Amino acid sequence: MTVVFVVAIALLTVAAGCAIYRAERGPSMLDRTIALDVFTTTIVGAIALEAAYSRRATTIPILVVMSLVAFVGSVTVARFAAVEREEEGLIELPPPLGDVDDRAEGSER
Amino acid sequence: MSLDWGGVADVVAAICMLLGAFLAFAAGIGIVRFPDLLARMHAATKPQVLGLILMLVGVALRVHVWSVVGMLVLVVVFQLLTAPVAAHMVGRAGFRTGKVPHEDLVVDDLTADEEAALAEEDAADAAEEDSEAERRASREGD
Repeated sequence: MTVVFVVAIALLTVAAGCAIYRAERGPSMLDRTIALDVFTTTIVGAIALEAAYSRRATTIPILVVMSLVAFVGSVTVARFAAVEREEEGLIELPPPLGDVDDRAEGSER
Repeated sequence: MSLDWGGVADVVAAICMLLGAFLAFAAGIGIVRFPDLLARMHAATKPQVLGLILMLVGVALRVHVWSVVGMLVLVVVFQLLTAPVAAHMVGRAGFRTGKVPHEDLVVDDLTADEEAALAEEDAADAAEEDSEAERRASREGD
């Protein structure tokens, strides 16, 4: 039984490492959001694994909180990234008012 | 011959745990190796629903308490409700910020809709300008 848990922990560790690599490297804000989503899911899996290994139920409420917080985080970042346009990774201010033609061109792309 | 149900539950829980961890591992590999945003989203959804359900079934089989099962069902329900919404928001933001290559799409209804809406808006603007110019001309004629 211990072997199973060691293997599962190893798989989750590799997954978390890959997610952090993508969150660091990811060319855009949205790639980072996805990577951090995967990271959160991995942590939920690790907590579940710990609960299953020790047969304790004290850490289960953390899972409820994590699954909700991950949603709020990714939705907020997606909402925020809708403003970002030209240079990826840079935060750009929205175009000044009256510049309607520029905006129309931008949304066509 | 009596079957040891606790042992059977433990074996099933171990298999579920291993499968769930493997799905998380596959998501990690996919998120690193895949080339663009939509492909990475595709990889990332694997452990979010099936992987999570497998791991939580494993927990429920190891911890024999009914209140825990209730809370785990709550986690799965939250995840099933929120994962599609989050994926939709991320995908839409990616589409609007130009991170989805249009030549890769088989069906591209959103671009057609946006172009139609823009054309309609332009036509409405032009009509408004025309009527305003007419009004101005008639006022100047008085």
